[in-house]
Amino acid sequence: MNALAARRRHPAAIAVLLMLGLFLTGALYSAFAPEPAEATTQALASQSVEEGKALFRANCASCHGVNAEGRSTGTDDQIAGPALAGVGAAAVDFQVGTGRMPMTQPGTQAARSDDVKFTDEQIAALGAYIASLAPGPEVPSEEAVDPTQGDPATGGELFRVNCAMCHNFAGSGGALTRGKYAPSLKDVSGKHIYEAMATGPQSMPVFNDANMTPESKRDIIAFLTTINEQENPGGMTLGSLGPVSEGLFAWVFGLGILVGCAVWLGAKAA
Amino acid sequence: MNEQDPHTPGTEVTPAPEHGAVRLEEGHVVGTGGLPERFTNPGLPHHVPRMADLDEAAARRAEKQVATLFGISILGTVLFIVLYFVLDVDQTVFVPGIGRTSASNVGLGVTLALSLLGIGLGAVHWAKTLMPDAEVVEERHPMRASDADRAEAVRVITEEGGRSQISRRPLVKYTLGGALGLFALPLALQVGGSLGELPRKSLSLTWWNGGPSGPGEEPTFRPLRLMKDPENQPIKASDVTIGSVFHVMPEGLLPDPETHEGGAEDLLEEKAKAAVLLMRLDPAQIRSQKELDWGHDGIVAYSKICTHVGCPVGLYEQQTHHLLCPCHQSTFDVTQDCKVIFGPAKRPLPQLKITVDDEGYLVSAQPFEEAVGPSFWERNSS
Amino acid sequence: MSTSSARPADALRAGDPGYQAPPSGAARRIGGIAGWVDDRTGAAKPVGYLMKKVFPDHWSFMLGEIAMYSMIICLVTGSFLTFWFVPSAGHTVYDGSYVPLRGVEMSQAYASTLHISFDIKGGLIIRQIHHWAALMFTVAIVVHMFRVFFTGAFRKPREINWVIGSVLALLAIVEGFAGYSLPDDLLSGTGIRAMAGFVQTAPVIGSYLVYGIFGGPFPGDMIIPRLYSAHVLLIPAILIGLFTAHIGLVALQKHTQFPGPGRTNDNVVGYPVMPVYAAKAGGFFFIVFGVIALISALVQINPIWGYGPYDPSPVTAGSQPDWYMGFADGALRLLPGWLEFHFWGFTLSLNIALGALVLLPLVYTVLGVYPFLERWVTKDEREHHLLQRPRNAPVRTGIGMAGITAYTVFMFAAGNDIMAIKLGMSINDITWFFRIALFVAPPVVFWVTKRICLSLQRRDRETVLHGRESGTIIRTPDGRYFERHEAQLPEEQWVLVQHEAVAPLELEPEVDEHGVARPAARSERVRAALSRFYFADAVNPVTPAELAAAHHHGHETEAIEGAQPSPELESSQATDRS
Repeated sequence: MNALAARRRHPAAIAVLLMLGLFLTGALYSAFAPEPAEATTQALASQSVEEGKALFRANCASCHGVNAEGRSTGTDDQIAGPALAGVGAAAVDFQVGTGRMPMTQPGTQAARSDDVKFTDEQIAALGAYIASLAPGPEVPSEEAVDPTQGDPATGGELFRVNCAMCHNFAGSGGALTRGKYAPSLKDVSGKHIYEAMATGPQSMPVFNDANMTPESKRDIIAFLTTINEQENPGGMTLGSLGPVSEGLFAWVFGLGILVGCAVWLGAKAA
Repeated sequence: MNEQDPHTPGTEVTPAPEHGAVRLEEGHVVGTGGLPERFTNPGLPHHVPRMADLDEAAARRAEKQVATLFGISILGTVLFIVLYFVLDVDQTVFVPGIGRTSASNVGLGVTLALSLLGIGLGAVHWAKTLMPDAEVVEERHPMRASDADRAEAVRVITEEGGRSQISRRPLVKYTLGGALGLFALPLALQVGGSLGELPRKSLSLTWWNGGPSGPGEEPTFRPLRLMKDPENQPIKASDVTIGSVFHVMPEGLLPDPETHEGGAEDLLEEKAKAAVLLMRLDPAQIRSQKELDWGHDGIVAYSKICTHVGCPVGLYEQQTHHLLCPCHQSTFDVTQDCKVIFGPAKRPLPQLKITVDDEGYLVSAQPFEEAVGPSFWERNSS
Repeated sequence: MSTSSARPADALRAGDPGYQAPPSGAARRIGGIAGWVDDRTGAAKPVGYLMKKVFPDHWSFMLGEIAMYSMIICLVTGSFLTFWFVPSAGHTVYDGSYVPLRGVEMSQAYASTLHISFDIKGGLIIRQIHHWAALMFTVAIVVHMFRVFFTGAFRKPREINWVIGSVLALLAIVEGFAGYSLPDDLLSGTGIRAMAGFVQTAPVIGSYLVYGIFGGPFPGDMIIPRLYSAHVLLIPAILIGLFTAHIGLVALQKHTQFPGPGRTNDNVVGYPVMPVYAAKAGGFFFIVFGVIALISALVQINPIWGYGPYDPSPVTAGSQPDWYMGFADGALRLLPGWLEFHFWGFTLSLNIALGALVLLPLVYTVLGVYPFLERWVTKDEREHHLLQRPRNAPVRTGIGMAGITAYTVFMFAAGNDIMAIKLGMSINDITWFFRIALFVAPPVVFWVTKRICLSLQRRDRETVLHGRESGTIIRTPDGRYFERHEAQLPEEQWVLVQHEAVAPLELEPEVDEHGVARPAARSERVRAALSRFYFADAVNPVTPAELAAAHHHGHETEAIEGAQPSPELESSQATDRS
């Protein structure tokens, strides 16, 4: 204790104390923070359209309407949920399979969530029901999204022309107008990327098979898989956000370390 | 504002009555009561010896620390050399916090850093602990040269320089002035005149005018198919579904994507002007009659080159029909003939009038009516 | 050897410190080599003088050195990179070891940068050191500039060096932009695209200017080689020339120092070059190099392989220049479109020209001019070698902080899209926030900074007048409590009272002694007004008389231990105590 008392006036003491405090606060917060609410849906194992319809009525109809005809919020021309006839099973698989739907509350944009509320079977049933309303894009086959069969170099060229302006060169995501954004493509499965291109969720345009052939889509998946899996040759990526994060790093860490060295250099030795 | 010593030698400060205002250093309140007007400088504080000055053991410890740091540097250098030969350039390694990264980058970098930091930290630690740390005083002298030196310099320039008779021979003076003033012109003309071609009409032309549009070209219009970028395939009107967006180049501009052959000679220069974005909206949502007329059944084509500084405006939001430029956030509303609704751009994106040919493919009906891309002074005059 | 004869070279210079030294073996050897040189150059005198030169020690004096060393690191690594870099826009099809780009058409510049990054052993680390050092160079220049500005180190006789420094700072960012553009990847190409766009909007000559720079239509084949010659030859030559003048003037004028006991306007207190400063400054070079190497080993910068080759059709979200060009890019984002005017068939794009063509030189011109403006206001013709504590120049400190704020608003505006996704906010709201902040924040920051400075000065006065609070509570026999204040050591006190009292300039009376009206020149009135702006609410240092008065009255309210009217008397007491 004496040693501690002797060091409490050390110049570094405040910094150490501050770090300790921040760390403890963080640790306490993570220990006591409320857990996200558990999904309340019950497992209903069925593939049939009827089961899908039941699931839809129970979970989706409040926004999309009892027969998926879409509903308005009642104010202006805002919609609570769009009509779903013709969006196809691919759209359902994408929206529900990435945790975007069901949305807990209406917002500018449905965010991806790891907390997927339905089982694969239930999603398939929902998709079957929506696909029964009107024909639309199908969930792609395993082969159609197999990255090993695509050409990453061609995919890269296609990605840069068609995708990079919103999703950034490394798929890190980017800003759109008024709070909307193009999400990060890191760790998104090939199937979901294919479905997003085929159905054009939310702000994203549709890339139908005439615009981008299934082979081209597979090339893009191959490209994204390659850059996701490859090493970062230069070290930490700083989020692959471009010069902004690099500049911030130079100011905070580069300058911080060098000024720290300069202070040590200028201080009198004990 | 000022330092404690107003009597800096060499800067004779005399109250100058011709100045309209009181000099700054006269402005302060004068002290009273026989006490000095200002505190006096207490002089250098006593030198406090360091541990290494008093205790030979501490000095030896410092010596060992310095030697260790220098040793680390030597080790780093040796390791760098070893790693240079051992590591292959495409080898990777997993580093916690980074992930898989290039082994040679992290290996060579860290050993180089050790080699350098060892020397640096060692030298500074040595200076701080073992080298003399009593502060030394060096006198300053005013920057100003003595009056005699100044006068001499002036004399040399005027009198000795005057012996060239420049002031007495105006003919020499003025012709020399003229010659010196003009001699750089040939050089400036050479570099300025030969830097590049004149733009002529090329800023107002694109490949959509019928072909190459560089300076001096006079393309004649013919309908050109809209081709997908980069696949270089024509687009059927029926392929453009509502909500989709096509990145388009004119027919004949792009090379074959497989063989890299054909296409425009000045590929990038033509692409930089000809890029077009093709979208299909519900015709009921389009609020501009001209936009409808220039499109085909709700399919509209707009220049992709921002009217601000020329970045590609590629961010199409299919629900709001807004086009956003990623460089400076100019936002264009496709339902209102691409009018600017936010950001620094002023002019709407130029629309390309399109129609459908006999085979059902989309073709241009006329070239762009105005120059695409950033503004320039004479853009409306041609 | 001639030097081992009866007349060694160092003996030629009587009065040299080496002259009297016993000729040890080492000294004779050095005398041998150095003597050979001195025989031919007479360098012993200046070298001896330089070796004895004194440099004051303070961490903030190392900021300029960080810039200097980063520049040297850039020069060294940059020379390495030229051995492999091909500054050509010529087309090639990539077949190197980076798989996702194989078979892609690209320029030779881009292909050779990929080659450096993936096929040259240690090429990537050199490239990353080069780029990180460039960022640190520009960061350090800015922070060094802050230090010089806020301490008033730019005052006479150092105005020339301040101007040189401003030019250096401008050249550094131009040099950086040229280098950033060389790899011809999608990001840097977009940067050049924007550059072409804003040059094109220059009134009257824009289109000719851009065709001249690019050798024809954008992008053309000429811009890469031209930027290359600017980046490796033209600008570095000017940079090094000006930098030599910059450092030469520092040596000539001797370094400024912070005020303190024993430090006056007529001396420099510090450590001599030999041995202390040589070890510290030399060691610091290795520290800067080492830290940058370490960052480059662990943190990726500008992954050009990810961006792909430049092509005018694609673009990436988050297209930004490196940070030092951010303020100009941010200005382009903030300026509204209605600043473009169309008249008589001509187009004047002030929405672009103001941000890109005017702001950039304007910032550095304002910086360069400031010392002359302040000197005009203060009419202070004296030499200043003692730095000011920023609090003792509240208005200047406020002006500086307001300027930094405006610059920062511009710079942050260039990252509005990254902020939008990382903070989950609307990019439109962020842009509007910055637009408003640009006008609101600088005056607010000025006012707050000035108030803080004045408060700090008042606290300094309090500390001098009433001593420092000891934290010890005393109870008097009659039951009253007070905190004991301890007198300051004279060394501590001196720092708080050393600065000069100031007052605004006053206009002379409007009539002269004969009662004749004497109209003050307009410039004098402006000067007086500016002087009031600078000094009207100045807080002046405690005078000995004020301290004596405070001690006289002080006993009624608080006890001051060792209260003495004169610091000299206190000094002896303080020594006794310690």
